[in-house]
Amino acid sequence: MSGRSFMITHAKSIYGSVPLIGWLVGMLLAVLTESFFGNTLAYALYLPKVPALFGLTIVLKQPSLFPATVFYVLLIYCLPIFAVAGLTATWANRFAAAMEKLPLWFSAIIHIGVLYLVLHLWTDLSDYRLQISKLTMIAVMLTLSINVINGYMGEFSCSHPGFMALGAYASSTFSLALFHQDRLFGTPLLPEFLGPYMFPMGLLLGGAAASLGAMVVAIPSFRTRGDYLAIISLAFMFIVKSVLENLEVVGGARGMGGQPHWATLPAVFIGMTVCIGVINNFVNSTMGKALNAVRDNEAAAEAMTVNTRRTKMTAFMFGAFWAGVAGGFYAHELRYINPSSFGIQMLAEILAMVYFGGLNSVVGSVVGALSIQMLSEALRPLELFKWIIIPLLLILVMIFRPTGLIAFREFNIRKTFGPKVLKKRI
Amino acid sequence: MALLQVDRMTHYFGGLQAVGSYSLRINPGEIHGLIGPNGAGKTTVFNLITGIHTPTEGGVFLEGRRLIGLRPHQIAALGLGRTFQNMLLWRHMTVLEHVKVAHYAQINYGLLSALLGSHRRYADEAFIEKNSLHLLDIFDVAHYADQLVANLPYGAQRRVEMARAMAIRPKILLLDEPTAGMTTEEMIQMIGIVRKIHEQFKVAILLIEHRLKFVMELCRFVQALVFGKVIAEGTPEEIRSNPKVIEAYLGSEDVS
Ligand SMILES: Nc1ncnc2c1ncn2[C@@H]1O[C@H](COP(=O)(O)OP(=O)(O)O)[C@@H](O)[C@H]1O
Ligand SMILES: [Mg+2]
Repeated sequence: MSGRSFMITHAKSIYGSVPLIGWLVGMLLAVLTESFFGNTLAYALYLPKVPALFGLTIVLKQPSLFPATVFYVLLIYCLPIFAVAGLTATWANRFAAAMEKLPLWFSAIIHIGVLYLVLHLWTDLSDYRLQISKLTMIAVMLTLSINVINGYMGEFSCSHPGFMALGAYASSTFSLALFHQDRLFGTPLLPEFLGPYMFPMGLLLGGAAASLGAMVVAIPSFRTRGDYLAIISLAFMFIVKSVLENLEVVGGARGMGGQPHWATLPAVFIGMTVCIGVINNFVNSTMGKALNAVRDNEAAAEAMTVNTRRTKMTAFMFGAFWAGVAGGFYAHELRYINPSSFGIQMLAEILAMVYFGGLNSVVGSVVGALSIQMLSEALRPLELFKWIIIPLLLILVMIFRPTGLIAFREFNIRKTFGPKVLKKRI
Repeated sequence: MALLQVDRMTHYFGGLQAVGSYSLRINPGEIHGLIGPNGAGKTTVFNLITGIHTPTEGGVFLEGRRLIGLRPHQIAALGLGRTFQNMLLWRHMTVLEHVKVAHYAQINYGLLSALLGSHRRYADEAFIEKNSLHLLDIFDVAHYADQLVANLPYGAQRRVEMARAMAIRPKILLLDEPTAGMTTEEMIQMIGIVRKIHEQFKVAILLIEHRLKFVMELCRFVQALVFGKVIAEGTPEEIRSNPKVIEAYLGSEDVS
């Protein structure tokens, strides 16, 4: 065996057996290292500041800084992560095995808690990181919720920005009219300090508004499929947009601003976690699998006792609900919305994420949202060309993997958190 | 009372009379056959009984209950299972998932349990999984449980489809050309399978077949359909020697 291939096999045998918790602890150490030594190292490397997104944003802007950035990333992130993950693999596996004996929610809380801690420390260093992280988590919710309709149920629906707009406007109205002084609604009806506690109510209201809107698209879906439904749902999106443009109560075309700053990191993180958990729970139940049956053959689904109308209605309203919640977070993160934010460009971004990441897959949605979001940050300096490169990339994915990168993959939470044993190669 | 009763059912597709005044009575536990050349209207009879199309005239009753006006999934849940001539499997779903989803009407948990999880959900899902694996075992496809149906040999796909149809707990099973595209050997195997489910589940069966051998082996009563009308009915022997049936089949199919 040559030295090189020996090294690769060796690395595989170590890192293939690191459980998730091992990686998470490694990441925790990496972000801790960065908060203590990040600035010093950046200064020593003649970097203007700590690289915000692993150097993704400066690759095109200041290519001369690229080598130093790579060095920074290797030293601050890769070294601690791989060192910790590799060295603690045995303990981490023992820990994961012990947790497996406890209820699932327990290990879920531990994993999610560590992940949150990592995110919190990492975003603490720059406001840009914080905003990108929140927008990415909102994008994950959007991608996952459109996947319920377009992936799991296989209807080509284009109404997602419309659902999102309904959620954004409903929850903004809720917070501005009830808790916050602003130009549209004037004095708030309730004391402002109550607001943050009532924010979940506002988000639910947004979700409910979007669900109601979804009924308008779901009913035609009983009769038509494919192209026709795509056109109907596209029409829905434009109707929502132009109704909002003409509704002076919510600011008309000028939009609505000054939402209170309630979309904090923990709030968005909890929203995304619940969204992933609930959607994953649903699509893995027999009731949720009925969506797949409707997609693959509706007549057979009916003949096997599946109430296809109820299934479609549920999928549309459920998908729209989470788009509405995401819209609520979006409005409270940007603190300004107008009808044209929810147009064809938003649709293109959402569709890119879901088709890039993979249909019918929770993991695919997360990967899709994350990679398109990161890519569009990296390509930001190219301005308009960004909208040539992303579609081109999408076309390539469609040619080589027509259903997306990670399609039709089930996400087993228990297995994800469990210990890892490397399969012996025969 | 007959288990399934069809009274003078007529159906038009536009100007074409696909089924004309078709009647049928099946008692619990019986196996009936429906034969006829291509385009005779056999599949249409199934689609009318199962609610995919609504007959222009006539009535359909399951245990005395009128089925016309019910949606297909409601009719299925009342105990009317079926397979399709061209199978209609769900191509992105595994074998096990096929049989699980057919338990849809037997789910007791609500939407909220599906979203958040509950004891009832886990109890239900555990039952569904167990019952599905049991059915896969009966049809000898348990070893394919986690495979996509497209990866299975043709005969196994047919058996998966039958397992799926049995998961709805039918009182009567409609089989639309279960041996289509099979070799003689596979057909003989299929005779054994149909016999087995008939005995094990005590289910009545109405089957559409091209091949008279299959029908002769299994049915005690056969109807011959030509241009949507029953031209002869009786025991398989009577049908085989009926001059009208021989004429209808002549030149196109072999009667033996
Ligand atoms: N959905 C439909 N719309 C219009 N015509 C149909 C439809 N289904 C079947 N037919 C016509 O009805 C006749 C009977 O078809 P079918 O019941 O499939 O015959 P079989 O199953 O006996 O071969 C054929 O002439 C066919 O073209
Ligand atoms: Mg037919």
